[in-house]
Amino acid sequence: MKVLSIDTSNYALGIALLDGDQVIGEYITNLKKNHSVRVMPAIEALMKDCDMKPSDLSKIVVAKGPGSYTGVRIGVTIAKTLAWTLNIPLSGVSSLEVLAASGRYFEGMISPLFDARRGQIYTSLYQFHNGKMVNQKKDQLLLSTDWAAQLKEQSERILFVGNDLPLHRSIFDEILGSQAVYAEMTEQNPRPAELALLGKDKEAEDVHTFVPNYIRLAEAEANWIKENKEKARK
Amino acid sequence: MTNVDQWIMGIETSCDETAVAIIKNGREIAANIVASQIESHKRFGGVVPEIASRHHVEQITIVLEEALKQAGIQYDDLTAIAVTEGPGLVGALLVGVNAAKAVAFAHGIPLVGVHHIAGHIYANRLIAELQFPLIALVVSGGHTELVYMKEHGHFEVIGETRDDAAGEAYDKVARTLNLPYPGGPHIDRLAQEGEATIPLPRAWLEEGSYDFSFSGLKSAVINTVHNAEQRGEKIKPQELAASFQESVIDVLVTKTIKAASEYKVKQVLLAGGVAANKGLRTALEDKFKEIPNCELIIPPLALCTDNAAMIGAAGSIMFEKGIQSTMALNANPGLDISIHN
Ligand SMILES: [Zn+2]
Repeated sequence: MKVLSIDTSNYALGIALLDGDQVIGEYITNLKKNHSVRVMPAIEALMKDCDMKPSDLSKIVVAKGPGSYTGVRIGVTIAKTLAWTLNIPLSGVSSLEVLAASGRYFEGMISPLFDARRGQIYTSLYQFHNGKMVNQKKDQLLLSTDWAAQLKEQSERILFVGNDLPLHRSIFDEILGSQAVYAEMTEQNPRPAELALLGKDKEAEDVHTFVPNYIRLAEAEANWIKENKEKARK
Repeated sequence: MTNVDQWIMGIETSCDETAVAIIKNGREIAANIVASQIESHKRFGGVVPEIASRHHVEQITIVLEEALKQAGIQYDDLTAIAVTEGPGLVGALLVGVNAAKAVAFAHGIPLVGVHHIAGHIYANRLIAELQFPLIALVVSGGHTELVYMKEHGHFEVIGETRDDAAGEAYDKVARTLNLPYPGGPHIDRLAQEGEATIPLPRAWLEEGSYDFSFSGLKSAVINTVHNAEQRGEKIKPQELAASFQESVIDVLVTKTIKAASEYKVKQVLLAGGVAANKGLRTALEDKFKEIPNCELIIPPLALCTDNAAMIGAAGSIMFEKGIQSTMALNANPGLDISIHN
């Protein structure tokens, strides 16, 4: 089984190739550069290095968000078009779950996060049980101060993972003190090989209807729904 | 391969239509699928870019599949994939560009980035073979341009709007008259029912200029409505629509005819969504009788509004010119039409 995984949902760009039970290629950058320009050339180059043709692939796995709307759309569009045109299965994995995989050997809870501006973060809570990742809280968008307050209720230690940690670390330090543990610099990028591993045995999506997990409605749509609810009340 | 026919897949997602088409030998439509989002955007009174982008992701593989099914061909039959590279809404363009790259990569098919306006112009080649030199009048929600072509794939903009596009002015005037979105067709319909009795300005700009300007006209319409309201009078929407439309068409047609004579062209092509406007079509046809030895081509309505057949048609010529894009092709909302001249 040959799996191609693609993650363009946040600043890190990641691509990996699995062949059976081996990771044969992995490409990661953590740059504020244009994913649309770089991701297909990166896939092309990695597959060439690995002597793999598109027709050799047996599955596509993509990070489906949350993250940058544009970023996640680029990855999902490429993944679903490749899966459809090659007629192979597609699986989507939460971008946060991929990041949480960095905490594979951590005993407590894992909180992966991406900054979502204005003090907010995309985050969730995971824990490894017998080598399997278990989701404890769903992917959500909230203020990091509110998140820290929720986590304070937990008895276990929390491992925070993500390149955007420096933006929120002082809040976690202040509210959680020694309950908060921080991943090392080398664990902060979401690993595309982990994405491939998480998705390779996951149930296949319906390619046509597969869309990113944006978490939020588009602003115009949210406002429209609010206005119509108000109108309905009157 | 013994297949000598050229098969181009066109992909267009620059605004609110997800469209895929298959064009045979540059001129024959083998498939032309358009998934319109207009019903979704109506509630907002205009296209919302983020929502347009989301709809494109929902539709893209469905539309691709439909197009191949309609054309009855396989990937291996395709000569090249042409995709709108720009201009347009960047988030919307990105979906088409990345889908096109994925298909091209998966099957080792050449990729060609196409300019959206070149597409609109080449919609005409699906109706009649182009003869050079020619002038194209491109009028849409985002564009008002006169483009001179001395040969295939060579585009020279000789006039363009300095402010609003004609289609934009239509939408704003429609809003002033409380007409539903999109307003253009409503104004065109109302204009057929009324007389152009209200004097409105025409922006001819400086002597010899082929440029356009519609913001003054738009303001004049809004002022006319407000002043009437203040006097407690009611303006007949039919009369206002007819007067506004007459002003727009007068400038468009006069400048086009002048350019056609000055550049001694063999053909004048009408292109873009506003080309669906009955008033504009009729006025151009009438005036055209004045210039001999010049053919006027007006595509049917379905080829005037955004579609992918036009992208396939333009892509066919660009591919023949040897233009190919790499896997690094990006969406370019400000793409210049003369880049490959
Ligand atoms: Zn257009």
